[in-house]
Amino acid sequence: MSIYTLGIDIGSTASKCVMLADGKDIVAKSLVSVGAGTSGPQRAIAEVLENAGKTREEMDYVLATGYGRNSMLELADNQMSELSCHAKGAAFLFPEVHTVVDIGGQDVKVLQIENGVMTNFVMNDKCAAGTGRFLDVMARVLEVKVDELGDLGAQSTKDVPISSTCTVFAESEVISQLSMDTAKCDIINGIHHSVASRVAGLAHRVGVREQVVMTGGVAQNKGVVDALEEELGCIIHTSPLTQYNGALGAALFAYQKYQKEHKD
Amino acid sequence: MNTEVLLNEFKEYSEHPYRVLTEYKKQGKKVIGVLPYYAPVELVVAAGMVPMTIWGSNKKTISAAKEYCATFYCTIAQLALEMLLDGTLDQLDGIITPTICDTLRPMSQNIRVAMSDKLPCIFLAHPQHRKPSFGLQFTCDQYMHVKAELEKISGKAITDDDLRGAIKVMNRSRKARRDFVKLANDHCDVVSAVNRSAVLRSAWFMEPEVFSEKLEALNAELAALPVCDWKGKKVVTSGIVCDNPNLLQIFDDNKIAIAADDVAQESRAFRVDAAETGDPMMALAQQFADQDYEVLLYDEKSAENRRGEHVAKLVKDSGAQGLVLFMQQFCDPEEMEYPYLKKALDDAGIPHIKLGVDQQMRDFGQASTAIQAFCDVL
Repeated sequence: MSIYTLGIDIGSTASKCVMLADGKDIVAKSLVSVGAGTSGPQRAIAEVLENAGKTREEMDYVLATGYGRNSMLELADNQMSELSCHAKGAAFLFPEVHTVVDIGGQDVKVLQIENGVMTNFVMNDKCAAGTGRFLDVMARVLEVKVDELGDLGAQSTKDVPISSTCTVFAESEVISQLSMDTAKCDIINGIHHSVASRVAGLAHRVGVREQVVMTGGVAQNKGVVDALEEELGCIIHTSPLTQYNGALGAALFAYQKYQKEHKD
Repeated sequence: MNTEVLLNEFKEYSEHPYRVLTEYKKQGKKVIGVLPYYAPVELVVAAGMVPMTIWGSNKKTISAAKEYCATFYCTIAQLALEMLLDGTLDQLDGIITPTICDTLRPMSQNIRVAMSDKLPCIFLAHPQHRKPSFGLQFTCDQYMHVKAELEKISGKAITDDDLRGAIKVMNRSRKARRDFVKLANDHCDVVSAVNRSAVLRSAWFMEPEVFSEKLEALNAELAALPVCDWKGKKVVTSGIVCDNPNLLQIFDDNKIAIAADDVAQESRAFRVDAAETGDPMMALAQQFADQDYEVLLYDEKSAENRRGEHVAKLVKDSGAQGLVLFMQQFCDPEEMEYPYLKKALDDAGIPHIKLGVDQQMRDFGQASTAIQAFCDVL
């Protein structure tokens, strides 16, 4: 009989769930585009259980992670920091990984991995520059959807530098470029490089070793991935499960913890 | 009296400094506010007054002080000014404003202007070259100025014997705190990170003799307990201030004990005693000159990275597995020092994390994530 574990990653902008069978097979997953402090976590759990045709009682171990992890302690058996879970998830998807870059809604993390285990990390300071929020703000100013940024940036023909120090300054730079009739695709490309420059600075603090894997919602934006490859001078691997990586790591830890508790 | 009762008493003092201030005033005592760092509080004690050091506030937000300060300005200094402006510190009889860092120097003038008719402000400039004889003399001269101003407020002349007595009082307080830091490491099952901070923070508000007596009682209780077999992790903390109970609760929640510290408000403030014999003013100047491994003070051998190595050794000697650096936002000395500290820690194979903090922070979600992840790494 299979062991079912559930990982719940409650971020600042989205809630994600991954259900595993025997710590290796993904049974179901769910994503709701609102995060901590909303109905998102409950809806994501309901959805993943429905997708799998299971109930909460059939889950052998549930582990919460992400910014809102402490709000789930009634439903979850345990909680862990999202840094450890992202490391775990990335090492599962990419066994040769040594560096993980995770760009979330409100923070950026760079993790150093050795033999699948996180050995060091660095996070951004309390500043939105370089985060998913930065891209949200810029998309709003440019009147485009955030998930269109990647394709639009790819059409760029001209370099437009955008500040990487502060979201507020960068926003006023974007407005200024718009007022000079600079093409949106060129501005977007500049924004991607701005994010990449900020993240690369952080990554160099902890050290960059290949294989480099990017996780989090922003990893779906090819423009940022390409710009970061340019900044770091190496190939960046991503997965279609990029947004679920933290929840996947949580489900993997849940399996480990279940095994440990039922060892005897 | 048992350990828990004593720890709770310190917590009360720590959380309600202004209640303590009101109580002193009811008792007819004069209270002198003191800004960080290295002000000779012995002079205040010798004058028969109560020193109350102001390390910003974890409860206030900056509003009125913005009129005087640029945006990127240390919140500890801004919050001190805020409390002077909003009436929180109205009961003070005077304030000493040291000027060791580039933020405190102009802040001393802001306070002087803001408080012109309200409160005597005593300017104190420490010398950069504190060790040579001319530096010692400069410190003495500055302290003489502080002494004269305090005498005006207290209406009492400070004799050498008064000052020697005050040095003994403060040496006793410093020793009790040094002993406590070691005992807290041996008994981290009893002394949580929150409680450890509350005890050390109380020293800045309580009358020194009352504080020493109470802390010596606590130390005796702790010394009588068996050394704990701590199953959690241990770290050393570093930075200017780390006294927010909500932030420290994260350590306790993750079973992380504070084995020792390199915090300006904590151990860096009581490492060095003053001589209890000889010329007392020179003894205080010499005490300042003997301060070492300090971000805020000039180090003539700075190329050797002595401070970084000192902190790395502190981590190893205390039995900690890593270091948590609380980087006070907009603190230039700490920011500039960081690469050297990082190098020394990396060379010694000591893991560390750097957390940006600001006394106006009320949400510690990011810090919680980082501390919990750091615990996983250790």
